[in-house]
Amino acid sequence: MSSDSLKYLEDISVIEGRPSLRSIDDVISKPLDTKPDKKYYIALAITLSMMGIGGIALIFSLYYGTGMWGNNNPVGWGLPIVNFVFWVGIGHAGTLISAILFLLRQKWRNGIARFAEGMTIFAVMTAGIFPAIHTGRPWLDGYLFPYPNQHGLWVNFNSPLLWDVFAVSTYFTVSFIFWYVGLIPDFAILRDRTKNKIKKTIYSITSLGWRGSNRHWQHYEMVYLVLAGFATPLVLSVHTIVSFDFAVSILPGWHTTIFPPYFVAGAVFSGFAMVQNVLIFIRKIFNFEHIITLDTLEKMNKVILLTGMLVGYAYGMEFFMAWYSGVQVEQFTFVNRAFGPYAWAYWIMVSCNVIFPQLFWFKKIRRTIPLMFVIGVFVNVGMWFERFVITVTSLSRDYLPSSWAYYTPTITDFAILIGSFGFFFTFLLLFTKTLPVVSMAEVKAVTYGAQPTHKDH
Amino acid sequence: MDEKILYGYTGLFDTPDEIIEAANKTAESKFKKYDVHTPYPVHGMDDAMKLKPSRLPYVALVVGLSAMFGMLGFMYWISTVDYPVIVGGKPFFSFPAWVPVLFEITVLSASIATVVAMIAIFFKFPNISHPLHDTEFMKSVTSDKYGISIDVTDDENVEEAKAFLESIGAKNVTAIYWDNDEANFKNSVLQPKFLALLLVLVIGVSGATYFTLNKLMFMAPFNWMREQAKYIPQEKSTFFSDEFAMRNPVAGTVQRGLLPYKFTKKPEESAALINPLEVTKPNLALGKKKYDIYCSPCHGYFAEGDSRMRGQFPNPPSLHSEKVRNWSDGRIFNVLTDGQNVMPSYAYQLTRNERWAVILYVRALQRSLNAKESDLK
Repeated sequence: MSSDSLKYLEDISVIEGRPSLRSIDDVISKPLDTKPDKKYYIALAITLSMMGIGGIALIFSLYYGTGMWGNNNPVGWGLPIVNFVFWVGIGHAGTLISAILFLLRQKWRNGIARFAEGMTIFAVMTAGIFPAIHTGRPWLDGYLFPYPNQHGLWVNFNSPLLWDVFAVSTYFTVSFIFWYVGLIPDFAILRDRTKNKIKKTIYSITSLGWRGSNRHWQHYEMVYLVLAGFATPLVLSVHTIVSFDFAVSILPGWHTTIFPPYFVAGAVFSGFAMVQNVLIFIRKIFNFEHIITLDTLEKMNKVILLTGMLVGYAYGMEFFMAWYSGVQVEQFTFVNRAFGPYAWAYWIMVSCNVIFPQLFWFKKIRRTIPLMFVIGVFVNVGMWFERFVITVTSLSRDYLPSSWAYYTPTITDFAILIGSFGFFFTFLLLFTKTLPVVSMAEVKAVTYGAQPTHKDH
Repeated sequence: MDEKILYGYTGLFDTPDEIIEAANKTAESKFKKYDVHTPYPVHGMDDAMKLKPSRLPYVALVVGLSAMFGMLGFMYWISTVDYPVIVGGKPFFSFPAWVPVLFEITVLSASIATVVAMIAIFFKFPNISHPLHDTEFMKSVTSDKYGISIDVTDDENVEEAKAFLESIGAKNVTAIYWDNDEANFKNSVLQPKFLALLLVLVIGVSGATYFTLNKLMFMAPFNWMREQAKYIPQEKSTFFSDEFAMRNPVAGTVQRGLLPYKFTKKPEESAALINPLEVTKPNLALGKKKYDIYCSPCHGYFAEGDSRMRGQFPNPPSLHSEKVRNWSDGRIFNVLTDGQNVMPSYAYQLTRNERWAVILYVRALQRSLNAKESDLK
């Protein structure tokens, strides 16, 4: 090998050491080949219990109605919408990693893309629960789609809430397709590895008969590129449209043009923090430290730092615009946010989202696992409170002082929130034991010596 | 055991450089039905195999654009033709507000179509009965080896392929045979298994639909809010001693704007009441309408006592009699309010004003048969 080609290989080497291709298969498919241990069942029991708490709260809510929640005039949105925006935000890291970083040729994404995409799908599923139940009678949610129904009614295409229906369902579908397309070669690997007859049948069906043929790889890579090209504007559009739910209304504190980029930055911020948090466990438990490297985590922390500052800039700019616009109600809203009855939530948000991530300026902290984990948790707490602050402060004190009221979530609200975490992590745990959490084919493509040296060029 | 049909030959290579070189040589050879199998996409392989660029982006373009314009037409038809509703003062065709939905539909349709086209048309998948499956060759190339397969099913000099693979440095050159069961398998919709599956599906889907639409939707909490914590008219209540949920008004309650009628059972005193309505066209029209509805079945359209009841109810006397003509309006009002002989009270059917309007109309009817001198001028 010439020195030039060695240089090229060093550039793309995002996998530590020089694992053989077969050892990559071995290590990634090990969780699928072995029986789960006791710790796994304990973790599953915890998440299932959380899910059960949420399920019971949900059944009560459906039977007795949405009066079980704290939502009331004037805060009609409350926790269900806060949770919806929070979970959709978590879902933004996956497609960002798999699509935008793919287009930007960031090879380090290969090790974490599959897992982040999985988290996207589960987060969007979790998010989808909330607007569905917030309608009060979720079994009638079919009316949200334009189909010729017995009432002769159609949906209102001018409403941001309808745009949301289209955006979130499209996002889920395209993310799922993207995920499945990525899984096809890995299913073929598993099909050819397994000795178990049932598994073999399942993998044969799910791999659709993949043969690793280059005549297929050619189209496959093109589709991956096309899907990445679609998913990139899509991922930006989804949280833009979520922000339209707020920005298109005329409530003070919501009716601002900064909302779309501000929401997208916030979504990437919280999504990366969640992916980073979970990956820390995954790489440790499954011995993926050489595939999901410390360098990768450091790069994610840099993204968290950047988006954290974008979010901080948005917080500041909101105050500036309120002052600069000269609109008294707007000015009051922002003073009320920082010093009003919800000041506690506002300052939790600012400290978690703006202050703590600044620690990532230090390389030492970016590369210290316990510290980055704690900051990641803070970021997610902060981002949940950001949605709480935006939704609740504006609604609880709008134009008409006579209708002001303080919003307090009920125990049912919190039980559903706990349930949503249980739902998400249950799916995540099942995912780690049923599907390869790292894309074997994609990781092989970026290992040392995996690509030809092009000596004739 | 039947003789197996030869599919072709396969050979393995160890490094990406070797497979690129081998692919180059195979592309230049006389074998056209060959394929390269790699565990991951190898850079430069498309050039080595001299493959034309994938046409899949055209699928995305055509389907995406068609879906976008189709959706635009659909939204236009809904919002301006079939169900036009003014929302927020926007025009029926408010294009800027439709851009988000158009974008989502474009992306959704193009993504699904591209992936489906790739799988079904370009890959001809699902195909899990390919002869290469379940071979040692396939197990190597999905893991860590790079391989070439040459399909010689229709070729005559099969030995040439084997020799060629060996000449370009392939290892483990192996012959691959069609699986007889799979090669001779004939798909038929009349297979018992398939029919049984269809039957189960039909029963399952129709049963679930029946249950959902006819049973589930009438159970709590899906029952359209029919069960609510409130009393409806005629309902029983355990709270009150008389077990009625409906309550009578407190004694002496007066309906807003209406004093109680003072002349119940006092027809002679009621004669002093004066009709508050003036003889105007709307009043007479109201009177005629109410008379035709409530009075005419027995009294006849012209108050001549020509009942349409065909003897099922006693015929009343004519209202053109001297006696009725000489009654004051108040006296007739008493009959309408209290009833008389077999005639029941019409106080529930007719409001006070309507009763007075009916009296005006009856007066007009009476005058039509017994006009005054002055009316003839």
